[in-house]
Amino acid sequence: MNLPLYAQLINLFAALLLLLAFAMLTQRRVLSLINLFALQGFVLALSTAVVAWSTHQSHLYYSALLTLALKVLLLPWILHRLIRALNVRWDVEPLINIPATMLVGIMLVIFAFNLATPIAQIAGTITRSTLGIATASILLSFLMMITRRKAVSQVIGFLAMENGLFFAATSTTYGMPMVVELGIALDVLVATLIFGVFFFQIRETFESLDIHHLEKLKER
Amino acid sequence: MNPASETVFQVLQSVLVVLIAPLVLGWVNQCRAWLQNRSGPGIWQPYKVLNKLFHKDAVLAHNASPLFRATPYILFGCMWLAVGIVPVLATSLPFAPAADVIALVGLFALARVFVSLAGMDIGTSFGTLGARREMMIGFLAEPAMLMTLFTASLISQSTSLVTIVETLGQNEFIIYPSMAFAAVAFLMVLLAENARIPIDNPSTHLELTMIHEAMILEYSARHLALVEWASSLKLTAYFAIGFAIFAPWGIARAGDWIGLLIAIGALVVKLAAAGAGLALLETVSAKMRIFRAPEFLGTAFLLATLGMLTHFLLEQ
Repeated sequence: MNLPLYAQLINLFAALLLLLAFAMLTQRRVLSLINLFALQGFVLALSTAVVAWSTHQSHLYYSALLTLALKVLLLPWILHRLIRALNVRWDVEPLINIPATMLVGIMLVIFAFNLATPIAQIAGTITRSTLGIATASILLSFLMMITRRKAVSQVIGFLAMENGLFFAATSTTYGMPMVVELGIALDVLVATLIFGVFFFQIRETFESLDIHHLEKLKER
Repeated sequence: MNPASETVFQVLQSVLVVLIAPLVLGWVNQCRAWLQNRSGPGIWQPYKVLNKLFHKDAVLAHNASPLFRATPYILFGCMWLAVGIVPVLATSLPFAPAADVIALVGLFALARVFVSLAGMDIGTSFGTLGARREMMIGFLAEPAMLMTLFTASLISQSTSLVTIVETLGQNEFIIYPSMAFAAVAFLMVLLAENARIPIDNPSTHLELTMIHEAMILEYSARHLALVEWASSLKLTAYFAIGFAIFAPWGIARAGDWIGLLIAIGALVVKLAAAGAGLALLETVSAKMRIFRAPEFLGTAFLLATLGMLTHFLLEQ
């Protein structure tokens, strides 16, 4: 294997993305979770910029900038403000059995890698081998949404899943059209704002952000 | 290449590393002191401590068995052999073919078994407690360590550290994404194996939290000096393994005298950086409960596994 430097860099960023997805899966504190999410966004922006530079697709520079502005600066800022307002800044989540979650995570990674390998072989892009990693980080974020009990970490899981999807798009097709990307970015932003309102509503009703309280909603 | 100069290099490396190992520990402690706004004892403090301990009279418990007396020497011998095998300064040393990474891990395990047995030998509750905890940490850290080393072995197609260094450091530079995972896992193992902060606090004698210190509580004078020296050697050996795998630049070939000077310079720079990094890491993190340790090391193991998986996906 003697890949050119930019392909090696993209592979490295892909690996870092997966590493951060795993770190988020094991993280108990909400504050660290947000910081990890911001870091993941930063790695994503870097990898998008490298893809843009190597393929001379100038619209990818804009989407890298968009990622940087939205996922590294704006969304973490909103989330930081939210957890400060909700006073869950140092909240430690009672997570069920991290080692078991991680074992499931490894299984998901193996599944994703196996799934992606045949697809990657027929693809023609330089970044094709990272498809497996993108799939894996989507699945890991999904797992995080399932295993978490607090609303804030579920939302972070959702946002991290969007990171994975975005990475899959860049690595397989050199990015979606600009209109679609702008649309998704706006969607994510609005979703976060609405989730923020939801947090307050959930807490006002149940005096906790634990989603399990929602199950008691049915009439007796 | 003549065997004589290889032997000279081997002796040089072994002696040099043994002599600078306390300095590494002193540097880490000094960095920690600076980061905590203390003036610190100075980087030569470990030598002064060793000197003091060697001049004291040893005290042994009445029921100490020969095993208890022998353990410091075995421990020190294991660690010395380990730094002789790891290519710290030069590759293709005479000792290097004697052991690959698996044997190296076995060497550390041998030292661990003896120090645990010695901890239990006197029969105090602290020693037994420390030994049990040490064995628990050890059996969790070893597979993670092996998986980390196997990730590097997959790339270089060999379990010999020399081949790993030659493949990674002396060929053209290639980024291996799987090494990112292995590096994080290795760092976690290094912290656990050397009784550093998230797992054990090297500067504590608080009864409930200590692991390493609890085992060696009964040692005094020259025995204690050897044990302390061996633990600083172990830290240096782990640093050296880390450099060999993740930053293998500047390591000379045996018989290359100009390369040796570069290698010594590179080693000093790398050790200084690693020591400062370790101090920083220890300052910003808090010690975790002993029951979190399996989770911590389980994470290390799974990250190393992930590194191997990534190798098959990206680097084939």
